[in-house]
Amino acid sequence: MKDAYAWLAIGLITLAAATGDVLLAYSMKRVGDVHELLQRRGLLAVIARVLMTPTFFLGLGAMAVAFYSLLFGLSWGNLSLVVPASASLTFVANAFAARIFLHEHVGRRRWIAAFLVAGGVLLMAV
Amino acid sequence: MTLRKYLVLAGITVFSPIGDALLARGMKEVGGISLHNLHSLILAILNPWVAGGILLLLAFFASYMSALSWADLTYVLPATSLGYVLVALIAHFGFHEAISPTRWLGIALITAGVGFVAAGPSVTTARPPRLHHDPVSQEAEL
Repeated sequence: MKDAYAWLAIGLITLAAATGDVLLAYSMKRVGDVHELLQRRGLLAVIARVLMTPTFFLGLGAMAVAFYSLLFGLSWGNLSLVVPASASLTFVANAFAARIFLHEHVGRRRWIAAFLVAGGVLLMAV
Repeated sequence: MTLRKYLVLAGITVFSPIGDALLARGMKEVGGISLHNLHSLILAILNPWVAGGILLLLAFFASYMSALSWADLTYVLPATSLGYVLVALIAHFGFHEAISPTRWLGIALITAGVGFVAAGPSVTTARPPRLHHDPVSQEAEL
């Protein structure tokens, strides 16, 4: 049962983290290039524009869910299972989600990179 | 990609693992926190290691948001994953922890992944589709 809860938490972390990453990426694309904005309008304008983007707060909320799912997972599973498994699954989930929701062109180079990093993170835990 | 943007990516890579390490060090000094002494969690930020860790994690979040404003998510995440390698190297050379051959293989895979994605373009999308009554994009049009 402990394993089932740990894997449930890993699934929740992956889902919430990928949702959060996609929402934050979407929000920041709508805000625009922060470097250009900083030069043209200043720091306060950048902060105001970020705070005026509702999806930014949804992204933060999803990240908070991912964090509490991590705490839940750590209470049932080992650190060496929960953290690397969720991190590597999140890399792959993000590649799918970015392609579907952000319309990013995830070509062969980026798929290979996502799987290499995901595999590497898993091996780091062994 | 300008030097400034590479520095932002380097910031994401470095701030997060070092921030986590400072938090871990600080929380060891603070000691275990249970339901009976939850107030210790608030007082923990007075610990200099914890405060330093929080500052670095704030710097990480600002750098991450900045990078996402000009680069794809599928570029930023792999390109900044060298942080995992950094933690292992700090553990090996700083704290003399042993790294097994499997972990060295993991380090090699991550480094190869970073090389793969960093050699490609940082952004592949046009402007995102506009939502109806979106104040942000309406302001940008003015």
